[in-house]
Amino acid sequence: MPVIDVKDLSKIFGKNAKKATKYLDEGLSKEEILKKTGNTVGVNRATFSVEEGEIFVIMGLSGSGKSTLVRLVNRLIEPTEGSVMIDGQDLAKMDNKSLREVRRKKLSMVFQRFALFPHRTILENAEFGLEIQNIDKEERRKKAQESLEMVGLGDYIHQFPGQLSGGMQQRVGLARALANDPEVLLMDEAFSALDPLIRKEMQDELLELQESMKKTILFITHDLDEALRIGDRIALMKDGKIVQIGTPEEILINPANDYVEKFVEDVDRSKVLTAEHIMKRPETVDIEKHGPRAALERMRKEGLSSIYVTDAKRNLKGYVTADDVSEAVKNEEDNLKNILRTDIVEVSEDTSMHEIFNVIHDATVPVAVTEDGRLKGIIVRGAVIAALSGSEVSLNGDLS
Amino acid sequence: MGIFPEIPVAEWITAATEGIQEALKPIFTFLREDFGDFIEVFAEDWLMNVPIWLFILIVAVLAFFASGKKFGLVAFTVIGLWFVANQGLWEELMNTFTLVIFASLISVIIGVPFGIWMAKSKAVENILTPVLDFMQTMPAFVYLIPAVAFFGIGMVPGVFASVIFATPPTVRFTNLGIRQVSGELVEAADSFGTTGAQKLFKVQLPMAKKTIMAGINQTVMLALSMVVIASMIGAKGLGQSVITALQRAQVGPGFVAGFGIVILAIIIDRFTQNLNTQRGDNP
Repeated sequence: MPVIDVKDLSKIFGKNAKKATKYLDEGLSKEEILKKTGNTVGVNRATFSVEEGEIFVIMGLSGSGKSTLVRLVNRLIEPTEGSVMIDGQDLAKMDNKSLREVRRKKLSMVFQRFALFPHRTILENAEFGLEIQNIDKEERRKKAQESLEMVGLGDYIHQFPGQLSGGMQQRVGLARALANDPEVLLMDEAFSALDPLIRKEMQDELLELQESMKKTILFITHDLDEALRIGDRIALMKDGKIVQIGTPEEILINPANDYVEKFVEDVDRSKVLTAEHIMKRPETVDIEKHGPRAALERMRKEGLSSIYVTDAKRNLKGYVTADDVSEAVKNEEDNLKNILRTDIVEVSEDTSMHEIFNVIHDATVPVAVTEDGRLKGIIVRGAVIAALSGSEVSLNGDLS
Repeated sequence: MGIFPEIPVAEWITAATEGIQEALKPIFTFLREDFGDFIEVFAEDWLMNVPIWLFILIVAVLAFFASGKKFGLVAFTVIGLWFVANQGLWEELMNTFTLVIFASLISVIIGVPFGIWMAKSKAVENILTPVLDFMQTMPAFVYLIPAVAFFGIGMVPGVFASVIFATPPTVRFTNLGIRQVSGELVEAADSFGTTGAQKLFKVQLPMAKKTIMAGINQTVMLALSMVVIASMIGAKGLGQSVITALQRAQVGPGFVAGFGIVILAIIIDRFTQNLNTQRGDNP
């Protein structure tokens, strides 16, 4: 069961929301509804679910309704219609008392502009969520302290937020959200107000923390690079509507429509695409079965100047070059062992294009993609360049 | 005139005042007698029984700490109070001080809750805003008339009139202070599941403290400005000395009593302003 399950969730701002929902049913656009009723459509029938331990990114430009959407999930904004199931309970229909209980125990939020309480010390900020549950002082201080240490701020507990840099303040925001050990973290543009370098650092740190925490995270951002970097899945929003949900690769490779395509046009693909996406099925020879003659024949047929050599279980042994093989044939040798070369550049399937790019220009033969010593595919230089330019990435999903 | 006969507004108000006077008689009697006695005891038996040198010393020490361990306010306090005592106006000063303290305290006790209520409800704000405007713009002398009707003459009607005149700033600034707390902070509090009271006491009021204190400072100053007016209906103190001097056209004594009020005003103002610091402020 998904931790967050949102169905047909809508928010219409202004009076006469009923009338506007009727227009939504008729499929009118946000502008038309604004013109007809004066109502602003914040979120238009959003449906998605987030599994346990997943980082689900909602991505859109300003005005796309993403911040409204995240506030509907913890009901800081009252939904006009639809349901928000958290662990199977519908938040949208809850009375205030149960809603408070869910907010205290299950949902925590991190804000774009940190939203730290300036009159409270760092420690007092971090313990806020526990304090309002009336947990006794000693225990909540301990938990707050642990949480602050987790984000690397253990030494700053008696400072005030105003004395800290932006990056540090957001760590406090994160620590405050984590202190009451929620199942779900809602992060509203949490890193958008930070400098690019700090932002990247915080993204890395979040991913690192997530390794051990395994929280369910709903992350809002307007930055596609950020979405691609940290999202397990991404929902793209436009005019209050979710236009596509998918993994970063799916969104990049199969944009659902022109809007998404335009969006991903400028993405730095080298950070998103990995070896798996651009590798090719390798031509190989089996070191046990094939001798120089067979190898030469295979290379001639495929037009190759070198070929990878494996054993029967596809464990990579090395490669041989056409010159060496011709020599061996002349000398009537009967196996490849003597001419086997092993100076191979190896990468794994999830190595990013960025790194591949760095190693490929030193390689004399195609880069080998291996997993536990087994050859999964090869990457030729042309494929890297084609992928980087964004033209026709030939996805070798069928390679296994 | 002619077609429109004069509307008997004055008669209505008189009737209403008499009605209120009749309906709330037990309360007014209690306030006039028991509360009046208490004020008198406070001023004459407590404040005036403190030796002048001890009183000045205590205020000077408080001034030292209130002003962040600087000596400017201390020096002013000592010299100012000594001057008032030297002019033989110490009892008047104590009476005036009592009037201001009670009027301010009551104003704050009434004003802050109303300010909070105003901040929490748009409807209440819409209703109270013109009421507050009315209270502040109506000439303060006018309040003396019902005050006398309800409480006779003396300190109690003086406090009553001062409270009406001095409460609005506290209400307004409390409302403003709470409304100024950034929306994201309120959201943050909500997102952690605060109750209304937790949000108010842990976030909104502490954040609004500076603004509320500015309002209270205004209230105290307005209460002090009522001193002379209140003395027209028998409130004792420096105001009475001013009025007496006015009636007898004595310029000298009039100004001396006026200086006393100014000195008291400056001391109270600096005290309330210096108390107005907030945790987490950048120095």
